[in-house]
Amino acid sequence: MSQADATKKENSSVNPVILLLDFIGGIGAAVLNFLAALGRLTDFAVRSVKNCFLPPFFPAQLMRQLIDIGYYSLPVVGMTALFTGMVLALQSYTGMARFNAESAIAGVVVLSVTRELAPVLAGLMVAGRVGAAIAAEIGTMRVTEQIDALRTLSVNPYKYLIAPRVLAATFMLPVLVLIGDIIGVFGGYLVSVYNLGFSPSPYMEQTWKTLENIDVISGLVKAGVFGFIVSIMGCYHGFNSGRGAQGVGAATTNAVVSASILILIFNYIITQLFFS
Amino acid sequence: MTQEAIKKDIQPEPKAKIALRGVSKAFGSNHVLSDLDLDVPEGKSLVVIGSSGTGKSVMLKCILGLMEPDSGSILIDEQETTKLHHKQRSKLMHKFGMLFQGAALFDSLRIWENVAFGLVQGQGMNKKEAREIAIEKIKAVGLKEEVANLYPAELSGGMQKRVGLARAVATSPEVIFFDEPTTGLDPIMADVINHLIIDSVQGLGATALTITHDMASVRKIADYVAMIWEGKIVWKGPVETLDHSDNEYVEQFIHGRADGPITRRIV
Repeated sequence: MSQADATKKENSSVNPVILLLDFIGGIGAAVLNFLAALGRLTDFAVRSVKNCFLPPFFPAQLMRQLIDIGYYSLPVVGMTALFTGMVLALQSYTGMARFNAESAIAGVVVLSVTRELAPVLAGLMVAGRVGAAIAAEIGTMRVTEQIDALRTLSVNPYKYLIAPRVLAATFMLPVLVLIGDIIGVFGGYLVSVYNLGFSPSPYMEQTWKTLENIDVISGLVKAGVFGFIVSIMGCYHGFNSGRGAQGVGAATTNAVVSASILILIFNYIITQLFFS
Repeated sequence: MTQEAIKKDIQPEPKAKIALRGVSKAFGSNHVLSDLDLDVPEGKSLVVIGSSGTGKSVMLKCILGLMEPDSGSILIDEQETTKLHHKQRSKLMHKFGMLFQGAALFDSLRIWENVAFGLVQGQGMNKKEAREIAIEKIKAVGLKEEVANLYPAELSGGMQKRVGLARAVATSPEVIFFDEPTTGLDPIMADVINHLIIDSVQGLGATALTITHDMASVRKIADYVAMIWEGKIVWKGPVETLDHSDNEYVEQFIHGRADGPITRRIV
């Protein structure tokens, strides 16, 4: 440690004004870093969206991503929705029975699944499966200079790598959630009818009576937004991945964590917009 | 001596295909390129040598437009390229071919698709025609036709380098860049790659810019050599004059001496 550093440390450890200034400076630096990161992310997102609608297009890449993101996520989303619907029916029964309101279970299940649980849980599951895969793949391409190679071959990486993933995730997540809605409600039906002794026809009738178009639509809008968030965060962190295995690992973690947090934040915002 | 004989003796200065003027690039307080000047003569092979971390790769990335220099000018065919719009840059890229240090082949594509990538995706050629050209290029770098349907992970490092070379020349570029083309290869494979580079560059009549610290490669493929040190070109001359450069940096580098101005500055 140099003498200047030692003197500075000694001063800062005894002088409360310097300590306070250091503290405020630290907060300022953190805020500036956050704003800079937000600016970079916004710039990346705007470029990505712009390149979704400008030629040339890469339909083969889009098709591959539709299958990767949509079709291969179906088992994960389906299982999540099924067991969530089943647990929801069981838990609702336990609670409702205390107030003799068991007949409301069908409504609780269908509203909870379509409005909240299917889109949010599907978003989080896809963030784990797809967001991580996107970040790892693009991050590895960055580290091994494949993205630079694309540019030297006159191919815009935003159009070839980012746009197909963003379009596929934004389009496929609502499809997955729609299927998840059906499976989730079916899960609730299975438990209610075969475990809790409800009659099938009244249960289904109650489900249809409770359900409104806005319940499904709000869930699908959420799913589209979540799909966009998952793909953008995966692409952004992969595209800006650090060097080596550690850089790609960090990019993958950041993609999943940031996408998950943003999903929860935007879930509240969209719910507020639809139902406040 | 008559006037005509004098004119015949004087070698005209080759026109610069690529000209860098006062190019600087810094990452924070680390000044990687400092006011760098360099001419790459048209139709010739220029090799830039220098220790690791002296700015060779950054210089190459600035020329290719993968990085933007902080200041200075990069002229290609006497046209300024540092502030090109995306479409103009894409058009300029048609003139370039690049062999990356690790080959940078696309994992998810077959070998022939890698080689044909620039033709199909970059230039819009139909796949059938591009496949024929790709297989021709694969054979030209000494690989069997059967390799065309394999994936990059199924090839050795030397074979990947050959495929990378085939991809770099597939679009018949005017300028080919080679980033450490022989690094990580055994001496025999390195020599094979050197010969392929010479054949490819001469066959196309292209201008070549190579960065390397493999002296065997330098002596084999270079027409001109330039030495970069601390972000500046400290020496440049024909390859024949490399051993008589009278430059202490070049002397230390080409003889691989532990003691000299380079290590003194690093220490």
